[in-house]
Amino acid sequence: MPVTIEIPTAFRRFTDGTPKYDCSAATIAEALNDLTARFPALSRHVRDEEGQIRQFLNVYLNEEDIRFLGGEACSLKEGDRVLLVPSIAGG
Amino acid sequence: MWRYAELLPLTEDFRAPNAVGGTPLVAASKLAARLGVRKLYVKNDAVCFPSLSFKDRVVGTALVAARRFGFATVGCSSTGNLANAVAAQAAQQGLDACVFIPADLETAKVLNTAVYGARIVRINGNYDHVNRLCAQVADRFQWGLVNVNLRPYYSEGSKTHGYEIAEQLGWRLPDNVVVPMAGGSLITKIAKAFKELVTLGWVEEKPVKFFGAQATGCSPISDGVKRGLARFEPQKPNTIARSLAIGNPADGPFAMKQIRESGGWAEDISDPEIVDAIKLLAETEGVFTETAGGVTAGVTQKLIRQGRIGADETTVVCITGNGLKTTDAIAAEFPVTEAIAPRLEAFEAHLDSQLTVAAAAK
Repeated sequence: MPVTIEIPTAFRRFTDGTPKYDCSAATIAEALNDLTARFPALSRHVRDEEGQIRQFLNVYLNEEDIRFLGGEACSLKEGDRVLLVPSIAGG
Repeated sequence: MWRYAELLPLTEDFRAPNAVGGTPLVAASKLAARLGVRKLYVKNDAVCFPSLSFKDRVVGTALVAARRFGFATVGCSSTGNLANAVAAQAAQQGLDACVFIPADLETAKVLNTAVYGARIVRINGNYDHVNRLCAQVADRFQWGLVNVNLRPYYSEGSKTHGYEIAEQLGWRLPDNVVVPMAGGSLITKIAKAFKELVTLGWVEEKPVKFFGAQATGCSPISDGVKRGLARFEPQKPNTIARSLAIGNPADGPFAMKQIRESGGWAEDISDPEIVDAIKLLAETEGVFTETAGGVTAGVTQKLIRQGRIGADETTVVCITGNGLKTTDAIAAEFPVTEAIAPRLEAFEAHLDSQLTVAAAAK
């Protein structure tokens, strides 16, 4: 399915400044894999050493956090927006 | 709190813009007796200046940074108290304020922001939605959002709550602190403050147990601690403690680590228990706290009953906000009484009927 991934400013230095990435994917996992295959430098900021989505990265499918949708296996439909929003913690 | 300026991220030519913090540490002997312990203290940020919550501290340091970086507009994502603090201090310092809040916030908290002339943007969604939007707003606009792009400066302000506790205990650390958790930052910053005072040699090093308090209706951190999870599971908040209603707490992982490494624990209580605890703190110590403070007081009671807090240990309960902000939550407890005529006989009759009611209740 054609979907759009929105990339936060903090990640754009790994995407040559690209703020949005269109791809075709059936699940969130596929979409993220497509994104990190296209921009390999982004890979370690999306997933940890065990391949899990990083704890401080929130992934939204349209309005909802994917952790309420069954995680990255949740399926996508045409025109979905996938938002990557880093948690802003600490300091 | 500016007496600790050297320990905060400020420049050398810093001049305090306003008075913030410096709140009482109340020796809570009546509450202690009721709970069956001996040395209990309430750090009372319900009377923090200027906007009656500990958020005045974090906004204090954040706005100094905002002015240094040249932001003309400041703002925040907020469950209420932070919006109050940003609006009040921005007004005093001549900055524009634009705050983002969940649409269902308590009326008093919205009013306490509006009165200072701040722009308020109500969001259809919970705090986590508001926070997500603010991360995007900070990306797009040249605004200083205190808990987003000014966060490192903001969060350091929380340390002053901890410095004051140590100073008011006579430059000693307590055995236990009980801290409310929303985003989970405060508990880690009190720990940082204690550590810094040890490093400076101002207090003697000793183990301090950190206890976190949440409402059961929004308890991702306490749930994570109690179930021994590696990662907390986000929740959809449903509690009267709206100032703690953050289902996806950004500092949750750090809070869990701090609690575990200190040998502390986390607990949560139900909404009725929150109301009971608000009344308990008011009736014993004359401190009227908001729902978040009810959570902290009620969880303290629970931890004492569980034996996790000992009777002879020194415990500080961190009360972070004022009860006048969440009167809706307890209004049903106090129905309006019947008015009487301004005559002595009417009062005597009233007194008689009260005594009859009291006798019947026995």
